[in-house]
Amino acid sequence: MKILVAIKRVVDYNVKVRPTSDGKSVDIANTKKSINPFCEIAVEEAIRLKEAELATEVVVVSVGPDAVQEQLRTAMALGADRAIQVKTEADLEPLAIGKALKAVIEREDPGLVMLGKQSIDGDNNQTGQILAALTNMPQGTFASHVAIADKRVVVTREVDGGLQTLSLSLPAIITTDLRLNEPRYASLPNIMKAKRKPLFVIDLNEFGIDSEPRVVTTAVESPAQRQPGIKVANAAELVDKLKNEAKVIT
Amino acid sequence: MSILVIAEHDNLTLKDSTLNTITAASQLSDDVDIVVIGYQCDKVAAAAAKVAGIANVLVFDQEAYQYQLAENLSSLLKDIALEYRYILAPATTFGKNLLPRTAALFDCQPISDVIEIVDANTFKRPIYAGNAIATVISEQSKLCLTIRCAAFEAAGLQSTAAPIQHYATDISSTLSHFVSADIATSDRPDLLSANVIIAGGRGMQSADSFTLLNNLADKLGAAVGASRAAVDAGYVPNDMQIGQTGKIVAPDLYIAVGISGAIQHLAGMQDSKVIVAINKDEDAPIFQVADYGLVDDLFTAIQELGELL
Repeated sequence: MKILVAIKRVVDYNVKVRPTSDGKSVDIANTKKSINPFCEIAVEEAIRLKEAELATEVVVVSVGPDAVQEQLRTAMALGADRAIQVKTEADLEPLAIGKALKAVIEREDPGLVMLGKQSIDGDNNQTGQILAALTNMPQGTFASHVAIADKRVVVTREVDGGLQTLSLSLPAIITTDLRLNEPRYASLPNIMKAKRKPLFVIDLNEFGIDSEPRVVTTAVESPAQRQPGIKVANAAELVDKLKNEAKVIT
Repeated sequence: MSILVIAEHDNLTLKDSTLNTITAASQLSDDVDIVVIGYQCDKVAAAAAKVAGIANVLVFDQEAYQYQLAENLSSLLKDIALEYRYILAPATTFGKNLLPRTAALFDCQPISDVIEIVDANTFKRPIYAGNAIATVISEQSKLCLTIRCAAFEAAGLQSTAAPIQHYATDISSTLSHFVSADIATSDRPDLLSANVIIAGGRGMQSADSFTLLNNLADKLGAAVGASRAAVDAGYVPNDMQIGQTGKIVAPDLYIAVGISGAIQHLAGMQDSKVIVAINKDEDAPIFQVADYGLVDDLFTAIQELGELL
């Protein structure tokens, strides 16, 4: 079985971003970029399924400019077999990404598709669900455990009240949550090896999809800052303040 | 300009998240319907009819909808949505799982985690873990929004219950089957609706010491949450996690105990009205957002607080 993993290049999670001075976007120039952490977990899970001989090939795909090749190479250094770049200079929305990934699925015919549950830049948490709708595949979102058996995949999901386990027919879409696994680090020999693995580039225009933006960002601002508070000397003063100053307890 | 709100429920009770979503809906229009999709969910439909602002309750009560799987619900909603300009769901794991799938079926780009409705087509939403707030405009003929519950008050009750209409369909997908659920039950308030929350971090050092927080919570009628560090360390289950990828909360009082204040945790609680931080490290970033900071050993502080309350 082939596993397709979609990954996104994002500002590294250690970078604290700020709005640009014109208040129109976020200042990400000259910041470190990485594979979105949730996507990295998806890559790791796919590699583990291959190592467990439940998958035969791991293909990574990213939609974006040539810069995404850096993250595709990283994914191959971690263990993915080959990569596809769907090339576009445009900043696509999840719906358009879903359409592009659907076109890739039609060409690659994977048995399982894995994505991170959300990217840490847009925080949309949409692409996997949209892709599942467009391909009419079942979805196992926010996965914390994945098991393949009898041509089905059993996914344990992190939901608000606790955990929910679903059994999905294959092919299926899985989006990964934080506790699914801890991604490995790429070794130097594997980084060198990844440079020779195949990376196929296809222009987004060849898919002929509608990728026009539907939602336009007109302003980006910093969140309201909290006023600095005070330090209290002990628990008694804290309780006094909460009762008589903040009046939040009685 | 009609609006459809998708009810979040467990077939027995209407989740509070739905009430916050209805408040957001009422800011857009006074023509708000709610759809309850489930199995043997009469009580939920009756509760929904009493929520202020609801004009009609649509009920789809069939066994196929017992576990509210996204595959079944989205195909059903695709047809119902034809009549509506807006489709709203809470930005909980329920809504986040369902709404994007539904929106894609009628070629709509959804808008996640709305924290403010500026006008009929303009919304504010956090990006980059809440480090920036984006204003977005969409002229799509249909708009699908998930609503961040902490940003909107819960809707109250109305004196006259809205009419309840039952419908039936024959949609049943075989793509996905429910296997099991492991849902925590607790006498304490739910994190998403609690007025007071006590949250523990890695500083708690063990699962056992969370019992101390539970005891304190019971005195305050509080819910108990945790930082990602405490969840990853295995002290408490994942559904207690507060933060960018866990629950987003905004109670009247948030007490952070042994939590350093990583950006992703602050993203989940910094809209709380009053924040208290208890930490022995006086340089911990949590103190920068705290209204009241207590630099002390947390076990000493918990014990003293327990005696004072």
